[in-house]
Amino acid sequence: MLKFILKRLGYMLITIFCIATVTFFLMRSIPGDPLASIAQTLPEQTRANYYAKYGLDQPLFVQYLSYMKNLVRLDFGDSIVHPGRSVSAVIAETSPVSGIVGLPALFIGLVLGVIFGIIAALFKNKWPDYVVMVIAILGITIPVFVLAALLQYFFAVKLHWLPTSGWGEVRHMIIPIIVLSFGTIATYARYIKSSMLDTLGQDYILTARVKGLSETAIIRRHVLRNSILPAVTLLSARIVGIFTGSFVIERMFAIPGIGFYYIDSINNYDYSMTMGLTIFYGALFVISQIVVDIVYVLIDPRIRLGGGSR
Amino acid sequence: MDKLLQVKDLRVSFNTYAGEVKAVRGVNFELDRGETLAFVGESGCGKTVTAKAILRLHQPPFAIIKEGTEIIFDGQDVMKMDKKELQHFRGNECSMIFQDPMTSLNPTMTCGKQIMEGLILHRNMSKQEARKEAIEMLRLVKIPDPEKRVDEYPHQMSGGMRQRVMIAIALACQPQLLIADEPTTALDVTIQAQIMELLREMKEKLHVAIILVTHDLGVVANFADRVQIMYAGQVVERGTASEIFYNSQHPYTWALLSSAPRLATETKQELYALGGTPPDLLLPLECCPFAARCEYCMQICREQMPEETVLSDTHKISCWLQHPEAPKVKSFYERQAKSNG
Repeated sequence: MLKFILKRLGYMLITIFCIATVTFFLMRSIPGDPLASIAQTLPEQTRANYYAKYGLDQPLFVQYLSYMKNLVRLDFGDSIVHPGRSVSAVIAETSPVSGIVGLPALFIGLVLGVIFGIIAALFKNKWPDYVVMVIAILGITIPVFVLAALLQYFFAVKLHWLPTSGWGEVRHMIIPIIVLSFGTIATYARYIKSSMLDTLGQDYILTARVKGLSETAIIRRHVLRNSILPAVTLLSARIVGIFTGSFVIERMFAIPGIGFYYIDSINNYDYSMTMGLTIFYGALFVISQIVVDIVYVLIDPRIRLGGGSR
Repeated sequence: MDKLLQVKDLRVSFNTYAGEVKAVRGVNFELDRGETLAFVGESGCGKTVTAKAILRLHQPPFAIIKEGTEIIFDGQDVMKMDKKELQHFRGNECSMIFQDPMTSLNPTMTCGKQIMEGLILHRNMSKQEARKEAIEMLRLVKIPDPEKRVDEYPHQMSGGMRQRVMIAIALACQPQLLIADEPTTALDVTIQAQIMELLREMKEKLHVAIILVTHDLGVVANFADRVQIMYAGQVVERGTASEIFYNSQHPYTWALLSSAPRLATETKQELYALGGTPPDLLLPLECCPFAARCEYCMQICREQMPEETVLSDTHKISCWLQHPEAPKVKSFYERQAKSNG
């Protein structure tokens, strides 16, 4: 187990190195630079000083080497556009905000998605199934910003129950959490439904029936575990989906989360900020995959790590 | 003592998009306590469907046991059982094992727990008692090192061992009837013999009656007390094992027997193959279902269904050849004896 985790962490470093390299050169290949807008009005000498300060006057490869050197020491540097704010501080400050919205959304999405999926499977081709499937199709096809705008319109503008946007109180979080969890509900409801129908057709369900188990006992003891297992694989994508999905949501609801800053930094050519946040997302994705793999081992007896088969 | 199982006019239909498939069309049979009965026939002739119907395993609305069917098990009417009674009946009084042990066990539950489930449910055992009993069951079905194996998952066992576990699950609550639905088809030949040997032993030790569903006459020969040959959802010939093997009268039984390789024949004979396929069960059957493939087919065979003719107390047959006015045809054995020399 330990060996497996160490190996995966090793792969993770390689992945992050690749992400950092690609992002670095992609960012630099976009026309313009972070100082372009302010530098226009400055005298020649001041402008040169500014560029020198951030090392932007150096050849690209030298810049890359120095960035990588800092990265090894986990130093993401300071924001270029907002002087005096380090990238690490911004991540530390904003990621909890995203988490406060994202984690409840993920949790609600999982729980409701699984429950809806089970209901749809148990009442296949009856009205509960149709209702769940309509919700699922809407959840997958409607873009989050449309759903967000709709909910804002009804709950804030029409009914005055909740504020349209803002941050700081629980009532600010309600609509964003609903919007964010919708996609997860939809994905999981569909997945669990088909997975359950698949399990119900398995031979071992017949064996359980022959034992004289009641239908509820069969569902509880034999169907659920075997149907939910494959859905664990989807989890890592959903964890990151919570954060990437939040780009738009955080903008629309003015939530000072990490997605908010991410888009901001790209628009402003804030090289160090974009790099830092991208690497953060990358690491988050890889780590969540490792966690999902470990969870898989804990709940599925058929999976053994590191090729330790009997 | 009366019969353990009486099945009268069993009819099972499947509702498909193409229409109603009448898979079993009026099957009657009886079973004594401790007796072994084999259902033999080609694929798709209703053997498994008949076997599953005894436990009412068919799921409506797709598969329906028709009105008028009577299944009496040990004096109880299985068709009239409610959910509770049916659950008590299954596993406790009648149990079943299936063709493919690779898929019949829950992959995420230990073998021990799968055996314990029935014991806890039907015998009201505590977990510890059930675990002990599960270990005993594994020992009974000859799984080595049962104390250790009880905590293993199905994927840690071979196919033969899994079938043993299936047998342990099925026999845990000491049912009076075990239905074995092609228990050896998915296993390789050496393991097949071991599993049949185990079933024979269980039969003697636990006095359990067995219904063996198979298409392998070789398996039947030294295992079953009685045999019924099924074709197109009907029983075409039934009798004791020796009546079927040495004195069969139905052309379909002859065809089945001559398709099995025989070690005893001296001359090198080409193995007989019965041409054609069983009739489409979607269509109504008003004549003998075997008429289209029968070597001895007569005018009447294509027009009317034959009645069951009684040859002896145990030997019964549905064939127009038994009619007094039918021509006497040479039976399979006489023909074979002739061809041999």
